[in-house]
Amino acid sequence: MTNKRRLGTLTELIIEGIIRFCGISAILFVVGIFFFVFREGADFLVQKLDIKQFLTSVEWYPDSPSNKRYGILALMAGTASVTVVSMLIAVPFGLGAAIFISEFCGPKLKETLKIAIEILAAIPSVVLGFIGLMVINPIIISLFDTPIGLNVLNGGIIVALMSVPFIASISEDSLKAVPDSYREAALALGATRWQTVYRVLLPAAKNGLLAAVLLGMGRAIGETMAVLMATGHAVQIPRSLLDPVRTLTATIAAELGEAPVGSDHYQVLFIIGILLFLITFAVNLTADLIVKGIRGK
Amino acid sequence: MPKIMRFKSPVLLSAIVAFSAHWLQMGCGKKGEEGGAPTKKVSIQNSGSDTMVNLAQAWAEAYAEVDPSVSVEVSGGGSGTGIAALINGTVDIANSSRKLEPGERVRAMQNTGKEPQEYMVGYDALAVYVHKDNPLEAITIEQIGQIYSEGGAITKWSQLGVKNTGCANDDIIRVSRQNNSGTYHYFREAVLGKGHDFKLGSVDMNGSKDVVELVSKTPCAIGYSGMGYATASVKILRIAKKAGEQAVAPSIATTLDHTYPISRPLFMYTLGTPSEHIQKYLNWILSDAGQKIVEESGYVPLPKDGNPESGTPAKE
Repeated sequence: MTNKRRLGTLTELIIEGIIRFCGISAILFVVGIFFFVFREGADFLVQKLDIKQFLTSVEWYPDSPSNKRYGILALMAGTASVTVVSMLIAVPFGLGAAIFISEFCGPKLKETLKIAIEILAAIPSVVLGFIGLMVINPIIISLFDTPIGLNVLNGGIIVALMSVPFIASISEDSLKAVPDSYREAALALGATRWQTVYRVLLPAAKNGLLAAVLLGMGRAIGETMAVLMATGHAVQIPRSLLDPVRTLTATIAAELGEAPVGSDHYQVLFIIGILLFLITFAVNLTADLIVKGIRGK
Repeated sequence: MPKIMRFKSPVLLSAIVAFSAHWLQMGCGKKGEEGGAPTKKVSIQNSGSDTMVNLAQAWAEAYAEVDPSVSVEVSGGGSGTGIAALINGTVDIANSSRKLEPGERVRAMQNTGKEPQEYMVGYDALAVYVHKDNPLEAITIEQIGQIYSEGGAITKWSQLGVKNTGCANDDIIRVSRQNNSGTYHYFREAVLGKGHDFKLGSVDMNGSKDVVELVSKTPCAIGYSGMGYATASVKILRIAKKAGEQAVAPSIATTLDHTYPISRPLFMYTLGTPSEHIQKYLNWILSDAGQKIVEESGYVPLPKDGNPESGTPAKE
């Protein structure tokens, strides 16, 4: 009897240990990833990199035969412009879809829409990139009478398509989590459906909606393959929506395969990786602080 | 989580590729031990130059009928990718549309202990493409340099003396290649000149075919790619070495007699003396049957009169 109980306690302890490890493992992964990315680039970062030139120059010549220059301002501008454009498109569509699915449509349509959104999320990014290259490119050329359709707008549309499912499904979850008593109370006060959504549900679900938007933004910043194909991959600061750009992620994807391991070029690509890591970290931290701020009120 | 992991994906991908390559090799070895010799299928790993990937694939397919016991696995990714794999020892034959650099040769020696062997397997004439409606017919090397190189003065079609009606604002859209491409390296050296850089802001495409496709859809564009990638919706420009000299269109004849100014040899590299079945494959590529495929794929075969250097591994 005591043996059995002891065995039980032991199993309990082991299982508890495993679960504890699983819980903490995320920290290990993040620290580990940061460590390994940092290790690859640290040497160059500490010893040779001219940080001012790195952050303020648009001259990206990592493989120049005579005069290597590592300036990523244009690449950062590319990432920022594609992210902003995609969010301008994806946030209204994503939130709109979530509101429609959760508040305005019947159960049958609801299921169909949810499945459709899931399918949209499941399309591989390379396929969307191909659509940007082959379908949206000529459309943009003929609509805007511009010389080339691979540009910020094209990249923004493609990335928006990828962010919408994230934003829609998480927003929908957080709208669903608002208790029905809120809706009933609003109706009882004589509010219309739209007033209920606008005045009651959106404020109540604010945290979740913000998290959804930021997750979509993370997706937009980190997206690689589709932007590589759809943005034109040109090192320049865009002056309009119709200029081709190159993003930080696409640069890593395009050049890491060639850069000899350990070379300056290779290390600079890892420093760009560190930078991307810091950007996503900052986005998440801001989100946390904002959410906390909202809760505090 | 996904957003944090995403930018790691190229690294992750290469790790997966490296791992599966390792696993495949192990798998093959085991099969040989257990199954005995007769059913054993030897596989040759062949990767690298994007320019050569279609050609390499055509060779691999034809060779499957010549020697069914050998299967050749071809992948692209660019000359730099193939050479990197050669240096890491993860590939049997690396395709490259440029010569191995001395530094790469040294690294391959250090890493694997074997010296890379070079085989010239054909030529590629680099064609300069414009949209089919572009009235421009010929261009000089200097003009291309002015279009593409850092500090170059030509940015408008009218500066080349043509009225490109399909292109409303007259701007030349430069289509270029990723910097791991052998074509990019060759073009920089042959057209821009040693020590020169590309003008920033060009639209850099992933592959030879992408360049031609984009040019075919973009009336303002100019691009460079292997002449084998020509389609009906693009035009190949004739090229003159200097202003006033005769402009020449790329072809087998003009490549071999060196009147076409931007053509280059295509190489295959192995590590050390290749094993028997790899040597047999390379010999077949250099034979009439293999060279016929070079011609059919749109490239330039080695001259028939027998260049003594072409068949044997050249040493630096």
